[in-house]
Amino acid sequence: MTRAIFAIVKRDLALSFRAGGGAGVGVIFFLAVVMVVPFAIGPDKKLLSQIGPAILWSGALLASLLGLDRIFGADAEDGSLDLLLLAPLPLEVIAFAKAFAHWLSTGLPLVAATPLLGLLLGVETGALFAIALMLLIGTPAIAFLGLIGAALAATLPRSGMLIAVLIVPFTIPVLIFGTAATTAAIAEGLLFGTAFKLLCALLLFSLVIGPIAAAAALKIGRGT
Amino acid sequence: MPRTPRMKVSDLANPNRFVRMSNWLIPLFAVIAVPLLAYGFYLGFQAPAERDQGTVFRIMFVHVPSAWLALSIYTMMALAALGTLVWRHPLADVAQKAAAPFGAAFALICLVTGSIWGYPTWGTFWEWDGRLTSMLVLFLIYLGIISLWRAFEEPLQAAKAVAILTLVGFINIPIVKFSVDWWSGLHQKASVFRLDGPTMHPAYLHPLLICALGFSFLFAAMLMIAMRTEITRRRVRTLTIFAAQEAR
Repeated sequence: MTRAIFAIVKRDLALSFRAGGGAGVGVIFFLAVVMVVPFAIGPDKKLLSQIGPAILWSGALLASLLGLDRIFGADAEDGSLDLLLLAPLPLEVIAFAKAFAHWLSTGLPLVAATPLLGLLLGVETGALFAIALMLLIGTPAIAFLGLIGAALAATLPRSGMLIAVLIVPFTIPVLIFGTAATTAAIAEGLLFGTAFKLLCALLLFSLVIGPIAAAAALKIGRGT
Repeated sequence: MPRTPRMKVSDLANPNRFVRMSNWLIPLFAVIAVPLLAYGFYLGFQAPAERDQGTVFRIMFVHVPSAWLALSIYTMMALAALGTLVWRHPLADVAQKAAAPFGAAFALICLVTGSIWGYPTWGTFWEWDGRLTSMLVLFLIYLGIISLWRAFEEPLQAAKAVAILTLVGFINIPIVKFSVDWWSGLHQKASVFRLDGPTMHPAYLHPLLICALGFSFLFAAMLMIAMRTEITRRRVRTLTIFAAQEAR
């Protein structure tokens, strides 16, 4: 089973990094969101560095929501989703592997780009590490919650916007505790406080509920 | 000797029987709802003005029942979602689909009346308080459910997809209910449904409960009308498909 999981992850990574995969688009979108905010509120350095963590969190959330239709969309189009459904592997495990590969190709680059974008916003260098760490825990939680929406809309054409609308309410707790943990880390130097633990709990919760709900949704989408 | 047929819960699964039943249940519920609401509002306007808020508190008789209904409609929808997925009850998803817009409407009424109430008493239309935020999230979940219903062409496929989304979204209901206990913000704590009994004065509690009952019956009547519409809509859809197939 482990070999099968690795095979799925490897395949999805290869597909998303090669031509037409669109793995880098999320990071570019993240950059665009971060770039737009200073234009909108004016180049007030002090204000920007104050709300910088919040901008980074919202930007990362939006960028994570953007690519969710890629998890199952292409596979549903070319029929490989049917083959995955026929595979002698629990559907939950397949969904988990696909979401993990999706996070590796779209979520992890966001985390890697965070310190750089934070510098653009004038966030203190000490805080950059804290924000990146919180996003490292928050983005997989968003990806695995988004997996549910991706599976629900797998068979629907042009589902990108719909998935984002469906999933936003469920990502709000991640955003709340993520920003709370970030604020606590920056303001009080408290890296592993209550909010951080709750953020970790949300990640564990989404790692379990995401694949289970997504597997149920996929079975329905295929009429079985 | 033939036995007289007894009514069973499973008999309600027959859409025709449901439509026949709704013929007299809808007027009955409406006839109960209207005087209840009228009496509840009358009592509400008769109740003495509140010490601190003056007369503006009377919006409570709309605000609180809407909030209760927004929560209980979602709970009903989650049960209907179970009915769709587990028991394959043919009317469960009809009820679920018909209830979603009402749930969204009550959530919106709750939010709007809340901010109208909040401005003179709290001095702000909106505050990012736990109760207000989680209610807004509930409203967004309702909108997501409605959008997902509209995204599918095939009603049965849509029903199952929406059922999963509804069950996942149920996690928000206890959050809304207990948000006032977990995060203390501007919104007051529960004063009716408490383990140690209501703390509200009977002069306010009685009209509130009567209004809540009236709104519930109003919802029941409207839900059944919407369900009948949905059943008819599906029949029309099936007949259109048959007609199109025959025309070929």
